[in-house]
Amino acid sequence: MERYYQPEIECASREAMIEIQNEKLVKQVKHVWDNVPYCRKKMEDAGVTPDDIKSIDDLHKLPFLSKADLRDAYPYGLLGTPLKDCVRIQSTSGTTGKRVVAFYTQHDVDLWEECCARAIVAAGGTNEDVCQVSYGYGLFTGGPGLNGGSHKVGCLTIPTSSGNTERQIMFIMDLSATILCCTPSYAAYLGESMKEMGLGPDDIPLKAGIFGAEAWSEEMRQDIQNTLGIKAYDIYGLTELSGPGVAFECSAQNGMHINEDHFIAEIIDPETGEVLPDGTQGELVFTSLDKEAFPLLRYRTRDVCTLTREKCSCGRTHVKMAKPKGRTDDMLIIRGVNVFPSQIETVLLNKGYPANYQIIVDRVNNSDTLDVLVEMTQEMFTDNLGEIAARQKDLVEGLKSMLGIKAKVSLVAPKSIARSEGKAVRVIDKRKI
Amino acid sequence: MSVKQISVFLENKPGTLNAMTNVLTKHNVDLRALSLAETTDFGIARFIVGNTLETVTILKEEGYISSLTPVIAAEIADKPGALNEVLQILTDNQINVEYMYASLGSKNGTAYMIFRVQDYKKAAAALESAHVRVLSQEDLAEI
Ligand SMILES: [Zn+2]
Repeated sequence: MERYYQPEIECASREAMIEIQNEKLVKQVKHVWDNVPYCRKKMEDAGVTPDDIKSIDDLHKLPFLSKADLRDAYPYGLLGTPLKDCVRIQSTSGTTGKRVVAFYTQHDVDLWEECCARAIVAAGGTNEDVCQVSYGYGLFTGGPGLNGGSHKVGCLTIPTSSGNTERQIMFIMDLSATILCCTPSYAAYLGESMKEMGLGPDDIPLKAGIFGAEAWSEEMRQDIQNTLGIKAYDIYGLTELSGPGVAFECSAQNGMHINEDHFIAEIIDPETGEVLPDGTQGELVFTSLDKEAFPLLRYRTRDVCTLTREKCSCGRTHVKMAKPKGRTDDMLIIRGVNVFPSQIETVLLNKGYPANYQIIVDRVNNSDTLDVLVEMTQEMFTDNLGEIAARQKDLVEGLKSMLGIKAKVSLVAPKSIARSEGKAVRVIDKRKI
Repeated sequence: MSVKQISVFLENKPGTLNAMTNVLTKHNVDLRALSLAETTDFGIARFIVGNTLETVTILKEEGYISSLTPVIAAEIADKPGALNEVLQILTDNQINVEYMYASLGSKNGTAYMIFRVQDYKKAAAALESAHVRVLSQEDLAEI
């Protein structure tokens, strides 16, 4: 039977949820207007005041907040409460260079941990479980978030943090850990290591895993589930919003429920900023409804995905988001399919290749071609032609599973991929449209 | 008894093999035997040289990826049927040849066959007990 951490919220009717969101949004907009001059100025420039925001139907009137705003306002410009009320920061390296530093009051930490607790219960966790948190602890939100959630659920928490595989396996086996929280690539690595030690899925006490903080494919989920003998659940989050737990997967394992009582999600056209209907692919935008210290309104994540309100078999009513496909800024359209370099990089890393690659897109006989060049490495090289060809084929299949279209993989000489200022040129689009 | 073969990764496009042989020539490396295996987009150049370790270092410095593989170098008479005899010995001992290639050698009337097999110790013993001469690393100078 499906269990919920907070059934009254997670299974609330749409009408009840809209009521909660309306009330919180009006309050949050006032909070931002009164306490965050940087955002007040943006609202004034857009000709909006708190009086214009009466319900979530007015959300679209608010100006967007972007990564550039976070950079401009660094470090205290978006702070919504006096520093004396803040109890924590978490930080992540921003994609645009400057670090993101997010602030939390105790209330903010509590709501974040509550979101993680919902994810753990959705993965089958109860106070009978032993939850090993192998995400890094520290500035990275993975460790602290799931650690807090695990405490709230009442699991016996093993805070191993990341690394030291031998010790990770020792704790899993000796203390009979039942839930594992880490990145999917580390879960795959742990699985392989345990397999090498002769431990099969039936020998491993784990029953569920909560894996996030990087992109992973359905194929990888199957692999992890098979080697560890578990159900593997995806979890999504951003430091800017709190951390992991903004959205999480349920027993249906086909999309992540967004914690809508805390975060409103919108999908917009990244070019025009226009809000798109559910089911349409676009850029994910979040409004945090009750964060005090870092109250972001209409924050553009640059993640591309879709939302669905189709009824979920788990009984939760919250909107579901698909796995983000990648970043808006580097999307390619190949044979009508959106392809992100990050997806290709994920497949390479998941399969143990270094990230020395180049994507060449061309158009031959009116059809797009996708060629992925991968630099040969000393570790990959063997005198056995068949072995190399088999690895190449495995990579082609992995890419097909991640991208949905076929790519050609070419193994090239080391250091042959053009580099500019030391960084490899990732994408060459030769199509003349 | 075995000798060390150098295997080098090459992209399968015009000039790559020549670029590598240029490097070897520049450093006065004398190729004793060479073969090329390829797929549509990459290949492996396999060869035997006199000074193996020095050659590997040179290749590494020039940015090539290589590996060392133990292979059997067997001396055969340069006449019809000689190769068949050697292969028969391997077949009789249930030794599977993954690949092989030849080198003419500097001695008149002699050729050398390079064999890659899984169990090179077993192969060398089988050949030697059938009175086929199997070369050691030190014997390579005569190829
Ligand atoms: Zn569900």
